[in-house]
Amino acid sequence: MIIAGRIVRLAERDRAQLHFFLDGEMRGALAGDTVLTAMLASGHALRKSEFGAEPRAGFCLMGACQDCWVWQDEGPRLRACSTLLSEGMRLRTMPSESWL
Amino acid sequence: MSETPSPRIVIVGAGPAGIRAAATLVEAGLHLVVIDEGQRAGGQIYRRPPAGFTRTAKQLYGSEAAKADALHALFDWLAKEGRLTHCAASSVIAAQNGRLHVLGEGGVQLVGYDRLILATGASDRVAPVPGWQSAGVYGLGAAQIALKAQGVALGRRIVLIGSGPLLTLVGAQLVKAGADVAAVLDTSPWHQQMRGLWQLAARPLVTLRGLALRARLGGRYHAGVTLERIEADEKGVTAMRWRDAGGREYRTPCDMIGMGWHLRAETHLADLVGCAFTYDEQWRQWLPKTDEMGRAGNGVYLAGDGARLLGADGAEIAGRLAAAACLADLGIPARSTGGDLRKLARLERFARGLACAFPWPAAMARALPDDAVVCRCENVIAGAVRESAGFGGGEANRVKSLSRVGMGRCQGRYCQLAAVELVAAQAGCAPGAVGRFRGQAPVRPAPIGAFLRDG
Repeated sequence: MIIAGRIVRLAERDRAQLHFFLDGEMRGALAGDTVLTAMLASGHALRKSEFGAEPRAGFCLMGACQDCWVWQDEGPRLRACSTLLSEGMRLRTMPSESWL
Repeated sequence: MSETPSPRIVIVGAGPAGIRAAATLVEAGLHLVVIDEGQRAGGQIYRRPPAGFTRTAKQLYGSEAAKADALHALFDWLAKEGRLTHCAASSVIAAQNGRLHVLGEGGVQLVGYDRLILATGASDRVAPVPGWQSAGVYGLGAAQIALKAQGVALGRRIVLIGSGPLLTLVGAQLVKAGADVAAVLDTSPWHQQMRGLWQLAARPLVTLRGLALRARLGGRYHAGVTLERIEADEKGVTAMRWRDAGGREYRTPCDMIGMGWHLRAETHLADLVGCAFTYDEQWRQWLPKTDEMGRAGNGVYLAGDGARLLGADGAEIAGRLAAAACLADLGIPARSTGGDLRKLARLERFARGLACAFPWPAAMARALPDDAVVCRCENVIAGAVRESAGFGGGEANRVKSLSRVGMGRCQGRYCQLAAVELVAAQAGCAPGAVGRFRGQAPVRPAPIGAFLRDG
């Protein structure tokens, strides 16, 4: 299923397909996508702000602003702009309630 | 004197400055370690896409393709031949007593050095616009990285705001790639841009290329605008509100905004290793002090946009010079540096022209409404910064302690310059007198697990 997200792919569209899970739902992406690209290709945000009502979708894309840390099902967070997506990754826009 | 046969030399950053510094040292017969955050060497302006992408250098870097190709090939050859040790995807998060704490995939390692060359580059210099915390607001550099390294536009309908060469360049690159760019809004008025022109003539070709790119933007480009606010709904950005040079109001619907006013030097590591800083009136930011070769003292050398904002060409030259200074201090003969110093002086004149033509929007930052967010990390608002300046006096670190501006995860990289303007306005002093946020380790967030070792 193709879900329109924030970003538009303008080039390099002939790459192998990958799959990942976002908040438990399977999503498609392309090999070589960063986690940020993959999440925003089918969504509008990476996470909720801890300090406001607004969602966040990254800012600098060069590892400097730290706006794009997202959760993984296994617990550790990762910086979405500087981490390449790998097949089967399980990502979350919010920490699991069972951790709180 | 110790009998160590070879000094331990570490370069941080593998952009144009770091690569040229590395090559100069290898040429003199030294082995060195290069630590870089990228998966592949190249830095930001010559950033390479991941393996498997197929666009050519010409498509990626346009008129600068030959320079990018040369740097990439040179670095790859040095690494392949084992002339240097490349720690890719690794961040230096702390520095103490001649040792760097390096965060990589395997956790944190300590790397000792006798000589350290910092080529840490720069990031977008941003100024808050009400609503800029919304999803879909990015740095101009981010828009360019997304296009170059991922082949994507960060929105379906784009507005670019700010001032400086990157504003025009990113706009033209996005248009060429087929993105929908609705408007390119420059806060610098035409008469201001003309004032910088005589210095910009130091590089006539570069200036003409910039004007040609500007022409490609056509009616999308507006000079001398006033940025009012960014509108957003629960998904993110919906429109940019602005006024043109004549005061007419506009609302431009969009779902992505790219912002930037030239560059901000990345100086956290220079701060941690004890470099002295000085407030640069023209660039309106604190820059580390060095001699003309890049010597900062105590075996530390600085090169590239992390020390002086001269762009990629200047960074290549500064990288060679910093390495030459390092060699001279080690008593190793190096090539003559006279030609490089003269070239750098010309680039410096050009850069001063850019700073004059496309200034930092100090008045806009000072006029920020009280409820506008200054710190994106923790949503600290302008009113809180102003109030803290009243309590704590006009000193940057006291305002930081009281309001938490600059204490978030980016460590003040994106709020410091605006916060300093607010404090200066409140305290009635010059921004240079407000001081700067002290750098604190770790300069990048580090997971606790990175410090845990097996057994």
